[in-house]
Amino acid sequence: MSSSLKLIDVTGADKAPVNIGQALGRLFEKVPALWTLASLALLFGAWEIAGLVPISIAFPTFTSTVAAFVEMVLDGTMGHAYFLTLQPLLLGVAVSAVLGIVLGILMGLSLKAEWLLAPVFIVLQAAPMAALVPLVTFIYGIGLTAKTLAVIMLALPVIVLNSYKAVRHVNPSLVAMCRSFQGTRLQQIMKIIIPDASPVIFAGLRLGIAAGFIGVMLAELLITPTGVGDLITYHRSIANYAHMYAAVASIIVVSTVTLAALQWFEIRFLRPEKRKR
Amino acid sequence: MQQAARSTIKAAATNDEAIVQVRGIDKTYGDIEALRNVDLEFSRGKLTTLLGPSGCGKTTLLKIIAGLVPATAGEIRVNGRVVTGPGPERAFVFQDFALMPWATVMRNVAFGLELRGVNAAERKRIATHYIEEVGLVGFEDKYPHELSGGMRQRVGIARAFSVNADVLLLDEPFSAVDEQNRRKFQEDLLRLVDLEKKTFIFVTHSIEEAVYVSDRIVLLSPRPGRISQIIDPKIDRSASPDDIRRDPGYLNTVEEIWDGLRHYVD
Amino acid sequence: MTIFGFRVPMMASLIVWAILWEIVGRLDLIFLIPPMSSIIETGVHLVQTNSWQNASIITLRSFAIGMALAIGIGVPLGILMGRFKAVDNLMGLWVNMFVSAPLSALVPVLMILFGLGETTVVVTVFLFAVWIIVLDARAGVMQVPPSLIEMGRSYGANGWVLFSKIILLSALPEILAGIRIGLIRGVKGVVIGQILVSIVGYGELFELFSRSFEMESFWALTIILFAAAMLLSALIETFEKRIEYYAGAR
Repeated sequence: MSSSLKLIDVTGADKAPVNIGQALGRLFEKVPALWTLASLALLFGAWEIAGLVPISIAFPTFTSTVAAFVEMVLDGTMGHAYFLTLQPLLLGVAVSAVLGIVLGILMGLSLKAEWLLAPVFIVLQAAPMAALVPLVTFIYGIGLTAKTLAVIMLALPVIVLNSYKAVRHVNPSLVAMCRSFQGTRLQQIMKIIIPDASPVIFAGLRLGIAAGFIGVMLAELLITPTGVGDLITYHRSIANYAHMYAAVASIIVVSTVTLAALQWFEIRFLRPEKRKR
Repeated sequence: MQQAARSTIKAAATNDEAIVQVRGIDKTYGDIEALRNVDLEFSRGKLTTLLGPSGCGKTTLLKIIAGLVPATAGEIRVNGRVVTGPGPERAFVFQDFALMPWATVMRNVAFGLELRGVNAAERKRIATHYIEEVGLVGFEDKYPHELSGGMRQRVGIARAFSVNADVLLLDEPFSAVDEQNRRKFQEDLLRLVDLEKKTFIFVTHSIEEAVYVSDRIVLLSPRPGRISQIIDPKIDRSASPDDIRRDPGYLNTVEEIWDGLRHYVD
Repeated sequence: MTIFGFRVPMMASLIVWAILWEIVGRLDLIFLIPPMSSIIETGVHLVQTNSWQNASIITLRSFAIGMALAIGIGVPLGILMGRFKAVDNLMGLWVNMFVSAPLSALVPVLMILFGLGETTVVVTVFLFAVWIIVLDARAGVMQVPPSLIEMGRSYGANGWVLFSKIILLSALPEILAGIRIGLIRGVKGVVIGQILVSIVGYGELFELFSRSFEMESFWALTIILFAAAMLLSALIETFEKRIEYYAGAR
């Protein structure tokens, strides 16, 4: 009797002083969104404090940056800037995707195409293509074409190489299976190789879009002062730092959201085997 | 006299009704000689096992029969016709299942028919029949990653059955399946052999498995692969699975094969 | 073309492209593409000039400092994220965001914070390279087979010994893979940083050549840069293969 009572006492005593750290830990485990919140709070808090100090006169607080963002959204400048920036981006990514996937698959299927094209794209992917961006202005001036070309230059190599590697690494057992059931070469490509390669092709597409964002920003900062790039340059020139930071942060967020949305779309609609039921 | 205590050993394989004939097959990969002068015949309606230690070329021989791998010399005839590639009279079951991860069980089973251009309704009818036969009713709309290893191979077997081939080629189909499921599988295989009346060519490295399921066992020796022995286990298949595994004929055959293979190990 | 080996004969097709370039250049179709032979000739002269040598030293210095920072901070951070759930949860969001963010947009911010000079380029290199190094180091630490850790424990290793002799060594191939990709990204960073700052190193030269339409010099510099980038990634790849030699057994 006494021993069992003691036991209860002991366990009770153990639990009695509520350890805040432990309780918090348990709470965080149950609600993963809290981690996201804490993570956001950490960076935004640090940003706010650094802006309040300030660590530099050119470093606005987080709140003033948000205020500047809201202001630019409301007066329409943000919307207009994105309208201009997203055009070459979409166009360039679309061209790169179609051309890149076709070329990559071709290189994966044909040894001749591989021999001729793979080295070029290996070089282009490893090399800093940004160095060539100023060149496009010579031919295409400072219009939409130049910006689109800048996007293609940065996005195409990675899409090509991923599609190529994807086809090269298709499960050979599935190809043998298709052959054993007398599938034609066309059936093999359409029903086995492309579906099996598509996750890696999609990963390449995401990398290509990320590179496209870099390309379009580079073009807008370097050669064509329009869109979000112009927003950054303009507000920097008039020392309107909160607005400048808002524009920079917005493009980073837009690119992140775009990539996340693409991944969600891929898993939701194209890859049934990755979906949790 | 025990009715099944004898195993017949023959020097060469000959049979009146050979559906698959292997004539002087050599296979070299670069400098490596995988198979040397293999002559074999496989009888219609029987289950023949190619058995041997790893590196004896048993899978290579099966893939040559399937038309997936070209032979360096010699020829394969199926129903009297020379094999130049995969054909509709043969169906292959893969060691790693070779299921399309993006397709449901139904589509995987019907894939051979899909490639032949069979219409959707007919495909579904045939596939449903074989899904039922291998015991996967209720899993038609599942994806391979939702199935256990054993169930995945049932899909592979149903797919091979659904194209109605005369010869089924099984490449170590149960090697990626755990031991309990393996036993169940072997029993199911015997039931399917009985039901489908097809010719089975079966590759395994498990002696027990070979003796349990086979009408005839072809022992291959390694490097280069040659036929070292042909054994026809005399086992009463009508007995219960447990009785078969305790049958002296079964045990003696296992022992005999092990004696033949022992010196290849290490 | 693929009968012997894989890489060397495949790269031979670059010669075909160079010849094609030469022909297009000789045809004088567009001033943008001068003949390959005159580019190479200019390149030989270019590397002897003081301005190129100075620019190269500045570029290499910015790159080296930026990379040293990226590795020095990225690897420990990645290991911390791999070992401690809390660090992972707090930092994961930002690392994953910045690894694919358009960092070129951030360079103007760096320019006003760090001035129009080398520091900005160094920080650009750091920002381009660090995130993938963090992610790969994290993945490496998280992929250490539990049986290996249990083995270490069962032989009495714990704390520092367990970490340095088992976890770190086991994660090394992934860490190196991250550093390799980080280096390639760092090269892109140094170029983007210099081009946007446009008054230091190769950025200044590119600006000069393109403003005065010296296409031969422009292409010569580009080819030198591309060759250096390829050489760097080939070097690390060889080094990595040596590491993978033992990692292959895992």
